[in-house]
Amino acid sequence: MTHRADRTLVTKGLARVEGEGAMYVRVNAGQVEEVRLDIYEPPRFFEAFLRGRSYTEPPDITARICGICPVAYQTSACQAIEAVCGVSLTGPLADLRRLLYCGEWISSHALHIYMLHAPDFLGYPGAVELAQDHREIVERGLALRRTANAIMATIGGRSIHPVNVRVGGFYRAPTASELAPLAGQLEGALELALETVRWVAGFDFPDFSCEHELLSLRMPGSYPIERGTLVTSGGLEFTPAQYEEHIIEEQVPHSMALHARLAGHSGHIMTGPLARYTLNSQWLTPLAAQAASAAGLGPTCRNPFQSIIVRAVEMVCAIEEAIRLIADYQQPARPFEEATARAGTGHGVSEAPRGVLYHRYELDAAGIVRSARIVPPTSQNQGAIQEDLRGFVQDRLDFDDHSLTHACEQAIRNYDPCISCATHFLDLRIDRR
Amino acid sequence: MNEPADGTVRIGSADESDAERRVVVIGVGNEFRRDDGVGPQVLARLRECVPAFVQLVVSDGEPARLIEAWAGASLALVVDAIRAQAATIGRLHRFELDRDDVDEVRAVSSHGLGLGDAIGLARALDLMPDRLVVHAVEATEFGYGVGLTPEVAAAVGGLTAAVLRDLAD
Repeated sequence: MTHRADRTLVTKGLARVEGEGAMYVRVNAGQVEEVRLDIYEPPRFFEAFLRGRSYTEPPDITARICGICPVAYQTSACQAIEAVCGVSLTGPLADLRRLLYCGEWISSHALHIYMLHAPDFLGYPGAVELAQDHREIVERGLALRRTANAIMATIGGRSIHPVNVRVGGFYRAPTASELAPLAGQLEGALELALETVRWVAGFDFPDFSCEHELLSLRMPGSYPIERGTLVTSGGLEFTPAQYEEHIIEEQVPHSMALHARLAGHSGHIMTGPLARYTLNSQWLTPLAAQAASAAGLGPTCRNPFQSIIVRAVEMVCAIEEAIRLIADYQQPARPFEEATARAGTGHGVSEAPRGVLYHRYELDAAGIVRSARIVPPTSQNQGAIQEDLRGFVQDRLDFDDHSLTHACEQAIRNYDPCISCATHFLDLRIDRR
Repeated sequence: MNEPADGTVRIGSADESDAERRVVVIGVGNEFRRDDGVGPQVLARLRECVPAFVQLVVSDGEPARLIEAWAGASLALVVDAIRAQAATIGRLHRFELDRDDVDEVRAVSSHGLGLGDAIGLARALDLMPDRLVVHAVEATEFGYGVGLTPEVAAAVGGLTAAVLRDLAD
């Protein structure tokens, strides 16, 4: 992705603000004939750039693909390379990896809920206007992020692009007393997160159900975050090594867009909070489960508008997990498992805040990357989002183009795609015949 | 990139109990998107010559992260590549905003630098640094790739010097 908010200097008059996403709609005699959505750019540059690099480098390089979820990229990359080397983290190292990832979930979900999504429900153009009227609400979001950043800085070495992560674990493992101060912050954050669930549960949610095949990780007994096997709502279960047999990515003609589907199925797949929740809600932590129920969520959720509740519930879950992991933590004897390079192909998956993130690396005997494949969640979701937008646009054909663009941006934000950092990101072209 | 972390590095702390004058330089950009890498490159140069009390932060420019980096700072310097209409590639710009400066904030914020959202949000939350100085260079290539275009590369020295001048004050 590495999208960047377009930063344009105004000299005189208005600057042209370029959209990072393109959408095309063709309407014929009042019927939407075609919707094409192109909001995601495949990481082909990185897949090519990684060729010839050492097996130690993908975690740091791929972390640059997404400013919001570097830990997700580092984790999927590490696990793929560790798979080639025959290494699997257990004990305190595995706990540290999950704890660091919890930090990223809290940070990313707080950002999306407070800065990007809630303003839409409350009728504000963006977080700035929301903050002008309700400062304390936005401050809650920033307070949650401060705690999350503290977790990531303590374990990752920095809250932005953690430098402490390496194949096999970490360069340095914190002591228990270095982690201890986080516990107090997390108790405070837990209250804020529970308040967040109560707050968003009261929003008005249009009735909408998406019927796509859902895809998530599963770690029986725990809510899936940093690893797992892959499961679908249709009952399939497969390992990371089998990912490419089951998930087919196809380039859509005349577009950069990639659409993912399940092999042997014609429909689209969807990954992310709704998929995780629907497929794993029985393994939510206790307070998160209670909060979900009190918010009116059943055991499953297929309404993309209600994803804001699910993200808030997942924030509670990540905080409860972080509290537990810190309480149980004992500093490992060594901060990493030795991972010796050898020839082979390894696959790694983790649940980025936005959904399943898949990495595959092929190494030669010297540990040089021969090929890389990276499939981010937004790539997998693009087809499903496009299909959902079709019905959404059909119901709003009487809107003028400007209002329709804004409405589509809001609808797309339900899915929290990687580009939704920008308030205005959509370049919508409507061909009315 | 691969150097081990040596203890914890707390970046962008909004810890208000810190009584010292906090100075932060924020390099906005991504080194894998050509000229967008100029911010991080200036930071790399600064790393070799700034005093220890100056915090250096690389950021992707997302407003909440910018605010987290500059909140509580007495001086925040932001270094960034920008696209200009009727551009002169490599030309440098400097804007200074202080916390109470309403008119200049409006000028850079509407439809302007993505920084505008961060400034608007920071003002609404009373999280502006005491002084905010933006150093920008007009750039042209933002596609995937490593390396600055020649005019932007040539401007790195001037940008770095301009930042150092502000730090010296």
